[in-house]
Formats: sequence, structure tokens, C-alpha cells
Amino acid sequence: MTIGLSHYLTVAAVLFTIGVFGIFLNRKNVIVILMSIELMLLAVNINLVAFSSFQADLVGQVFALIVLTVAAAEAAIGLAIVVVYFRNRGTIDVAEIDLLKG
Amino acid sequence: MMLSALFFYLFSIMCIGAAFMVVASKNPVHAVLFLILAFFNAAGLFVLLGAEFLAMILVVVYVGAVMVLFLFVVMMLDIDFAELRAGFIKYLPVGAVVGLLLLVELVFVVGTWVTAPDLVHNAPTPPVAEVSNTKALGNVLYTQYVYLFEAAGLILLVAMIGAIVLTLHHKRDVRRQSISAQVARTPETAIEVVEVESGRGLK
Repeated sequence: MTIGLSHYLTVAAVLFTIGVFGIFLNRKNVIVILMSIELMLLAVNINLVAFSSFQADLVGQVFALIVLTVAAAEAAIGLAIVVVYFRNRGTIDVAEIDLLKG
Repeated sequence: MMLSALFFYLFSIMCIGAAFMVVASKNPVHAVLFLILAFFNAAGLFVLLGAEFLAMILVVVYVGAVMVLFLFVVMMLDIDFAELRAGFIKYLPVGAVVGLLLLVELVFVVGTWVTAPDLVHNAPTPPVAEVSNTKALGNVLYTQYVYLFEAAGLILLVAMIGAIVLTLHHKRDVRRQSISAQVARTPETAIEVVEVESGRGLK
């Protein structure tokens, strides 16, 4: 019973699917949508690290580090926007973010 | 070998279960806590894959900073979460269908991919007995990928400035210290000499 690359890829695929599912399920709540995006990025990271480990190539881990950085920046900016939006409108319902009438 | 397989199944099942609870739980505070659990288990998977440095970064930076930020925001905003969950059941079928389709596609990809025979290794992993994962990663990150590393630093700087600019706001009715006005004060503007007539005083 050896654990191969495809085991890790399957776990990452399931995690990514749960992230997409979460966006559909909680399409009103911005915070849960942000958390679903974090889950999807985590799945991508698991993929990168698994390939890096099984191909014996460190580049995948370097890329995973960069993905972590971008995810942290995205979370910080996203939450700042949520806080500002809540201060202005008193809700975080995605359906009501229509001030720009786009 | 048996033990590592056992730990793989433990970490992955815990990770997937926690991830499912993130999207399904009623209370967003619980969702954040389940997300923390998912990240811990993913860190365990990283350790199994031999990426100790990334595992520690995931725990320290992700659980320690980003998830605590999430927790702060969730607890700080006074939101009626029950109202936001309206339509949860309505979107369940379409979400399940899309998710299932995506999963089937991803499983097909996982089942059939092959490695290119002329694969070039840009940074081969040195043997673990000689160089630790952290040192090997540093050797690659600070030489071959130093521009990528500095771009990451720049992204974090921009994110920090952006978050501060977005959330900083001045209240109009708060009196603040104006240092330039204090420094620019002269005796002429600060005091007034008044001749007081004897016996009458000032009005």
C-alpha cells in the first residue's frame, strides 16, 4: 500500500472541488467566499508540492511559496475591502454590491 | 511505509472533512476554525511529502496570521449571518452539479496524465541526508529565483499599503495635534497685551 502521486492529486482535486462548491453554496457571504478561495489555493499548493516531491525538483516548492505570498496579500486586501464595504453599507451581501451599476 | 500510508489517510480525510465543514457550517467563526484545522492537516501532508519548510510556513504564516485576520474580521463585523444564508438550499443543486462535473474532470486528468520524457529538472532536490529541505530551498530561492522572491516582497508591500489606505479613516470631530501649527507659533500670535484701566477691570 504505497502512497503515490495520484493519491495526493486526488486529495487536491477534492479540496479544489469543495472550494468551487463553497462559492456556489454561500454566494451571499463574502467572507465564506474568501475562505473558499483559500481552500482552492491550498489545493493548488498541495498539487505543486506533490509534483515537486515526486519529481525530485525544488521549483514546485518555490512556486508554492509564491502562491502562499499572493494568497496572503489577497486575503489582506479582500478583508480590508470587506471592512470598508461593511462600514459604508452595513451588510456584506454580495448581491448588494452594485454601487457602480456595472 | 505502512505508517506513512496511515498518516496520509488520516491527514487527507481530516483535511477534506474540515474543508467540507468550512463551506457547510452555519456559524462563520466555526468555518474559520475548520479552515485552520484543514490547514494544519495540509501541513501534515507537506511534512509527509518532505517539504518541512512549507509545512512550517503554512502553520506560522497561514494559521498564525491570515486565519487570525479572518477570525478578527468575522468577530468584528456585526452581521446577521442567518440572513446571508437564505438561498443556501436553492443553490445546493447547481453547486453540487458543477462541483461533481469539476471533480469528474479533475479525476480524469489525474488518471491519464503522463510525464514528458524529456523533462528538464530546473532545481533537482539534493539528497535529504546531506542538505535539509529549508537549506536546499534557500539555495534555490536566493540564487536562481531571486527576482521572483523580490517580486513576492513587493506584492506584500503593496498589499500592506493597500490595506492601510483602505481601512484608515479620519473622524471629523476628533481634535488632533497639528505639529506644523505649533511650531509656526510666534509671540505675536500667541499672546495679547491689554492695557487694563484701574478700577474697571476687563469686561
